Amino acid sequence: MDFWRNPVTDWVSGLLVSWGLSPEAAHVLTAFLAVLVLISVVMVLDIFLVWMERKIVARFQDRLGPNRLGPFGLIQPIADIIKLIVKENIYPRGADKVVYDLAPVLMMMSVLLLWAVLPLSPILFGVDLNVGVLYIVGVGALGTLAIIMAGWSSNNKYALLGAFRQVAVMISYEIPMVVSLMIPTILAGTMGINGIVQAQSTWFIVLAPLACLVFLISALAEMGRAPFDLTEAESELIAGHHIEYSGMKFGLFYAAELLHAFTFGGFIAAFFFGGWRGPWVDQYPMLGLLWFLVKTLIGYWVFGWIRYTLPRIRIDKMLDLNWKFLVPFSFALLMFLAFMHSLLRGTEVYVLGMFLSNVVFGWVTVEILRRQARQERSRVEGARAAVNAGQKT
Amino acid sequence: MTAEQILFLVTAAVMLVAAVSVVTTRNLIHAALWLIVTLFGAAVLFAMLRAGFMAVIQVVVYIGAIAILFIFAVMLTRRELRDRGPQLNPGWWLAAILALLMFSGLVLVLGGWQGLWAAAPAYPSEFDSVQALGQALVSPEAFVLPFEVASVLLLAALIGAVYIAFQRKGKEE
Amino acid sequence: MIPLSWYLILSAALFSIGLFGVLARKNAIAILLGVELMMNAVNINLVSFWRYLDPTRMDGQVFAVIVFAVAAAEVAVGLALVISVYRRRKTVIADEIDLMKW
Repeated sequence: MDFWRNPVTDWVSGLLVSWGLSPEAAHVLTAFLAVLVLISVVMVLDIFLVWMERKIVARFQDRLGPNRLGPFGLIQPIADIIKLIVKENIYPRGADKVVYDLAPVLMMMSVLLLWAVLPLSPILFGVDLNVGVLYIVGVGALGTLAIIMAGWSSNNKYALLGAFRQVAVMISYEIPMVVSLMIPTILAGTMGINGIVQAQSTWFIVLAPLACLVFLISALAEMGRAPFDLTEAESELIAGHHIEYSGMKFGLFYAAELLHAFTFGGFIAAFFFGGWRGPWVDQYPMLGLLWFLVKTLIGYWVFGWIRYTLPRIRIDKMLDLNWKFLVPFSFALLMFLAFMHSLLRGTEVYVLGMFLSNVVFGWVTVEILRRQARQERSRVEGARAAVNAGQKT
Repeated sequence: MTAEQILFLVTAAVMLVAAVSVVTTRNLIHAALWLIVTLFGAAVLFAMLRAGFMAVIQVVVYIGAIAILFIFAVMLTRRELRDRGPQLNPGWWLAAILALLMFSGLVLVLGGWQGLWAAAPAYPSEFDSVQALGQALVSPEAFVLPFEVASVLLLAALIGAVYIAFQRKGKEE
Repeated sequence: MIPLSWYLILSAALFSIGLFGVLARKNAIAILLGVELMMNAVNINLVSFWRYLDPTRMDGQVFAVIVFAVAAAEVAVGLALVISVYRRRKTVIADEIDLMKW
């Protein structure tokens, strides 16, 4: 488990050693530099994401979006940041100051930490952790913590209610997320994310489209984006956990949310769409970065598409969806796909068989749901008919 | 002093300060947050011991679930989110003496042991501890029975917790 | 290289601090926090013994995993009990929950 070992960092630490540093110190210093560079690049990307998000939403709503500052309004996010920085820093009365200040930092951290395991190209990744899949879930736990800290320390009941909702959602949606991530793990035979990407000579979206769907839904819930943005439902809670935050502290929450969506676009690309895989990657490994970014941006766009198309779901319906549908569904899917995988592995019909078994599984689920919905409808209509009959007499 | 040792000492100092704060802070939410710092320190130690799986599970289970449950419980058992009055029993000095005795006793027992200053054996290369752990947990020669018993325990705890905390509708007070 | 003793002494200290918390705290939830500290100390011990004795034998890690499961079960039931007691008696101070004393 070497941290940031690739040709670039090897060259830098070689340079540092030639300047007279001990190899160990050079290694530590290089790792620090690499982390610094990665975080800076990601944060600059984040600024660009603000612009992109606003452009996407504008197009969905038949508007133009920012178009005054610079070409295509590209400088607009910089102006936004300047505005956020010069805003007054407000502490609500009765706030728990240290916790209040810590929460946005932790929120941003929980997103930035995810980039440590994201394989950007065959040779460019933070660390190929052998428990990478679980690491994602663990870092998500830090995000939960940040939200509950923000909600509690603001000394505001709407903030606390938003935090409660978000934590309930995150803890329950963690289960289908872990289970749906177990499926690429089983298919690839490793929990390391780079290993999973390497194993995708056929993309896992073909072998396990249903797992991708479950992961997409639980990722949306984990990020707290529409249609699952109950934590900041404007019509009910005003702004949820970050209601009391102003200036750059609010900016950190906002940036973390956008970057979270982008990062999960990256994970969907890595788990189901072959990550850095693409033409000519074998000859030029750095080309993987381009393929990866393209796939990630498509994933990000899909998140935006869902966000601006679907209305918000009610909190009880949302928890029902998780506990009554997604959890049993994902467990059954995991067992079924693991069985099919061990049955078909090595045969010629492996890819086709896996895909067809997904289709069959999805079809059976839809049939069961349809039957249930029919029963429910006839029950409700029967009750209504009884009530109507009672009113007439 | 190597980088590893410095890392260990810093982590240990943070953990000890956090642990002392857990048992002495007046504000219970802060105590729970300090507990999270301690648990995170333990995760760092697991990572340093090359038990990456344990480190991640520590964060997922302890910080993601247990610590958040604690924060919830603290909030649910307060009518106003303030803690007043002393949080320690009148006989806390007795407890302190007992804890000190416990610590010195443990150190004394450890001091008489041969392998105390042993360095770690070389970590076998190409050895995947995650795979070995998975096989140990499900192989009949190793630990499948305790593993199954643990899952039964978790199920029992799940049902028990739901039953105890369940509030029947219309029976408020 | 870090000798085994560092880990063991750290975990002994954590265990003692946890013991102090269990004995000295008034609030039932704070007592449970102390129990968590003690369990963590045990886990550090188990994992460091795994690393320092024989990394190819997984006994230490398996034990630690089972401690995780037990800790989760203990917290779920313990906090459910505390919340249930709070609903009935409006207190979580361990000394005031004394109906069974007489």
